[in-house]
Amino acid sequence: MFAYLLRRVLYAIPILIGVNLLTFALFFVVNTPDDMARLQLGAKHVTPEAIERWKSEHGYDKPLLINQAAEGRAQFTDTIFFQHSAAMFVFEFGKGDDGRDIGTEIRNRMGPSLAIALPVFVIGLLVNITFALLMVFFRATYLDLWGVVLCVVLMSISGLFYIIAGQYFIASLWKLLPISGFAGGINGLPFILLPVLVSVVAGIGGGSRWYRTIFIEEIGKDYVRTARAKGLSELRVLFRHVLKNGMIPILTGAVVVIPTLFMGSLITESFFGIPGLGSYTIDAIQAQDFAVVRAMVFLGSVLYIVGLILTDLSYSWVDPRVRLQ
Amino acid sequence: MTRMGISLLGTILFATTLFTTASLLTGCSDSWNSPYPGSAKQTKTVYSAFSERPKHLDPARSYSSNEVEFTGQIYEPPLQYHFLKRPYTLIPLTAEAVPKPRFYDAAGKALPDDAPSAAIAESMYEIHIRPGIRYQPHPAFARDEAGRYRYHALDAAALADKTTLADFAHTGTRELTAADYVYQIKRLAHPGLSSPIFGLMSEHIVGLKELGATLEQAARARPDAVLNLNDYPLAGAEVVDRTTYRIRIKGKYPQFIYWLAMPFFAPVPWEAEAFFAQPGMADRNLTLDWQPVGTGPFYLAENDPNRRMVLKKNPYFHGESYPADGDAADRQANLLADAGKPLPLVDEAIFSLEKETIPYWSKFMQGYYDSSGISSDSFDQAVQFSARGEPQPTDSMRDKNIHLITTVAASIWYVGFNMLDPVVGGLGADRQKLRQALSIAFDYDEFISIFLNGRGIPAQGPIPPGLFGYVEGVAGLNPYVYQARGKQIVRRPLADAKKLLAEAGYPNGRHAKTGEPLVLYFDTMASGPDAKSRLDWMKKQLDKLGVQLVVRGTDYNRFQDKIRKGNAQLFEWGWNADYPDPENFFFLLYGPHKKVGTGGENAANYDNPEFNRLFEQMKDMDNGPARQKVIDAMLEIVRRDAPWIYAYYPKSFGLRHGWVHNVKPNLMANNTLKYRRVDPALRERQREAWNQPVLWPIALMLGGLIALIAPAAIAWRRRERTTA
Repeated sequence: MFAYLLRRVLYAIPILIGVNLLTFALFFVVNTPDDMARLQLGAKHVTPEAIERWKSEHGYDKPLLINQAAEGRAQFTDTIFFQHSAAMFVFEFGKGDDGRDIGTEIRNRMGPSLAIALPVFVIGLLVNITFALLMVFFRATYLDLWGVVLCVVLMSISGLFYIIAGQYFIASLWKLLPISGFAGGINGLPFILLPVLVSVVAGIGGGSRWYRTIFIEEIGKDYVRTARAKGLSELRVLFRHVLKNGMIPILTGAVVVIPTLFMGSLITESFFGIPGLGSYTIDAIQAQDFAVVRAMVFLGSVLYIVGLILTDLSYSWVDPRVRLQ
Repeated sequence: MTRMGISLLGTILFATTLFTTASLLTGCSDSWNSPYPGSAKQTKTVYSAFSERPKHLDPARSYSSNEVEFTGQIYEPPLQYHFLKRPYTLIPLTAEAVPKPRFYDAAGKALPDDAPSAAIAESMYEIHIRPGIRYQPHPAFARDEAGRYRYHALDAAALADKTTLADFAHTGTRELTAADYVYQIKRLAHPGLSSPIFGLMSEHIVGLKELGATLEQAARARPDAVLNLNDYPLAGAEVVDRTTYRIRIKGKYPQFIYWLAMPFFAPVPWEAEAFFAQPGMADRNLTLDWQPVGTGPFYLAENDPNRRMVLKKNPYFHGESYPADGDAADRQANLLADAGKPLPLVDEAIFSLEKETIPYWSKFMQGYYDSSGISSDSFDQAVQFSARGEPQPTDSMRDKNIHLITTVAASIWYVGFNMLDPVVGGLGADRQKLRQALSIAFDYDEFISIFLNGRGIPAQGPIPPGLFGYVEGVAGLNPYVYQARGKQIVRRPLADAKKLLAEAGYPNGRHAKTGEPLVLYFDTMASGPDAKSRLDWMKKQLDKLGVQLVVRGTDYNRFQDKIRKGNAQLFEWGWNADYPDPENFFFLLYGPHKKVGTGGENAANYDNPEFNRLFEQMKDMDNGPARQKVIDAMLEIVRRDAPWIYAYYPKSFGLRHGWVHNVKPNLMANNTLKYRRVDPALRERQREAWNQPVLWPIALMLGGLIALIAPAAIAWRRRERTTA
């Protein structure tokens, strides 16, 4: 197990370097350091000297990938890519173009992101599985048919519509919850409810359909027939046997997203005024803040890799036949 | 109850309980939808929003409107704009008086006030600061019993538990001195601050460019060391005594006085910079860029740009009174009701981050924001036009005692011609006629009506209303595009444009010799459905002349690059005034400020020697008939040459609730929060009345869920029985 984990961690290093390189290349294809400087300095009275000073101050006055003027190792180390990327591997993200420490920002924003993402994940999972099992229970009946239709309808509606409709009806028209905002501690509860509700509802269609497919496949297997032959109730068959055996594909989809919950949701956070990592990323992209974009992509990659490793671990936990070697 | 039923019911109950608990939590003291749970009521608090988090709160760096909205209330430059007087008038803020420059020749000999500009080698501004002004409470000033600074030599252990300024137990203050102003002027040259006005100011303030070079060298030599600006003299800024300092300007630059009303020239205490420069501070986002320290009426009590910023009344504020010298219109608008009262009139201002317009508008309508702009989505809900075409709030707004505020911005939008372009550029008569023809064809009166809901005034030249040089009515029309019909200004007929086009060598939009159609290229960074309709409209305008318009959409960076290199042909651009002087608009057409080659602000690369000569004359003149005469001559040149299609002066519409008082748009001042007054009791009553929760949907939703579960449960029971 340890050897397996070590190997996976070592595999992650070249992946992360590749992700970094790709982010770097994509970012600088669209933006030059001069563009970044102009955006930061504003639209007025920006002189070429000011641009040079900004680049020098922020370390963007070096060559991008290879420094021809340098010698030896410095050809690679005295570049924008190396100077801005190497420290990330020890989770030192440096400062954004606005001068704020990225690590501190991430720590501060992780909480609000989790406050939304975690309940959405847990409640969503419960609701979707329950709804899927219900459809499986009533499979081949009008309830199943209309359940599937409902799922397809829910899937077909844009996520943005749920947000706007939720805000309009629940917050504006019925005045039941604040339309947007955030607060720490217990005061934050009213602000969380609406985005959680909207996100859960928006996810029911896709999630339930997916789980229904899994359970339908399981329910046709021999062990289910055996369980029924033993006289077990349909409910027990579903919840005790089908659910347990259907866990592997569920885990594939669920465990992998657990670490990425920290990253928040780009649109939900923006519309509901949640000061999380999703809105941080959106702001950074709009402001062409490469330091933040790069840090968030790196963090996302790390968390995704962690998620994949956790998924592998969970396989062996759910299914004893699976051995990690 | 079955297990499945229990599971479903459990989920419903969980959601309902959560909902009810949350509602009760807020419902104990607030409306259910209150975005300010647990906040004190009936306080003199202004509730506002910001859509984009500020990047910089350092007065040497902050420039954009979303930044000066905060720094303007905290920092105090020596001068400010009078809140009520129009045209905009500078008055002292921390200074004893508005300084008058003294002029000197190259030999250092004093010159009279009316000395010709050419003879003036230097202008000197001597500014006297009022004594007794103190800074806001701040740990940087805190001293121990022995008089030593408590927090100027902190080690890692001492900083370990500090994440905000509130974590420092002690605060202090000290009196404002002239040295603080000089210190800040030096900061404009600091290489680590990248002040946006350093380039501009280094051309004017004596020695600032040299100081910048010296500081840059010092920073390169010792990259980890903190530059102590007190060790570096600046020839153009000197302390005379504790409350007096002088600024020396190269030659004559009358517009410099306006810069003295901006936060760039506000004082910064060296103690604050020393405090924040300590190791470990920046890692906690404790920097002067994020924790302003000023003498203004407010201080930044809560600084969370990701959520909300809270300004609170500065307990050490030096005191200032609400102005009493307004005119009859101000009296009629009840803007003089607080005359003579001590400022600020509110104790606190809460600014919440609101990125999207829908929640912003909803909260305004629910009374949770005191004022709001009007997006195009909500325009029809908010504004209607009278029979005479005057905007007024709709009946639904009036029912809620919501007032409409309109003002013409000190801004202009224009379509620029690249004067270096071989087709549309150049100063020849044929090119002038081509541009004049296009200027007539682009019907911006129609544009304002269709796309701006009437929120604009067709532009007659580069100077917007409210600034010296702008002439109202038919006397101020652009005769190349408009004509007078009685007292009305009407656009010239399309026939005039066609005639001009033919004279320019393009009859019916085709080249007179080759017969090739005239194809023009419009560079824009606009995209999306809204932009498409605008761009289609632009094409349609030139279709009227038989001219083809090709739209070249691009991103912001590429667009800037094209303009910088002179690769664009037609482009749309705008300008907001920095200060209320025509120089701030005419300089956009001044030849030596061309974008190509010099990187200046003249994006059209217009260069007319006669205009340049008049500009140099006009910029140094005092407002008066002589200056107006020069301005008129300049306007005639730029209208005839038409390097821009003068599109429109935008009109801003805003709304305020009836409980908000003393709101008069002031496009130059950024410190108007101190004049604002609110009626918290009325606000509370209105909020309560407007935000009664509607409960039947909860019952309906629960009923719906039960209706959904019930047949399932029945069917399950039936099936269980069958299989059994």
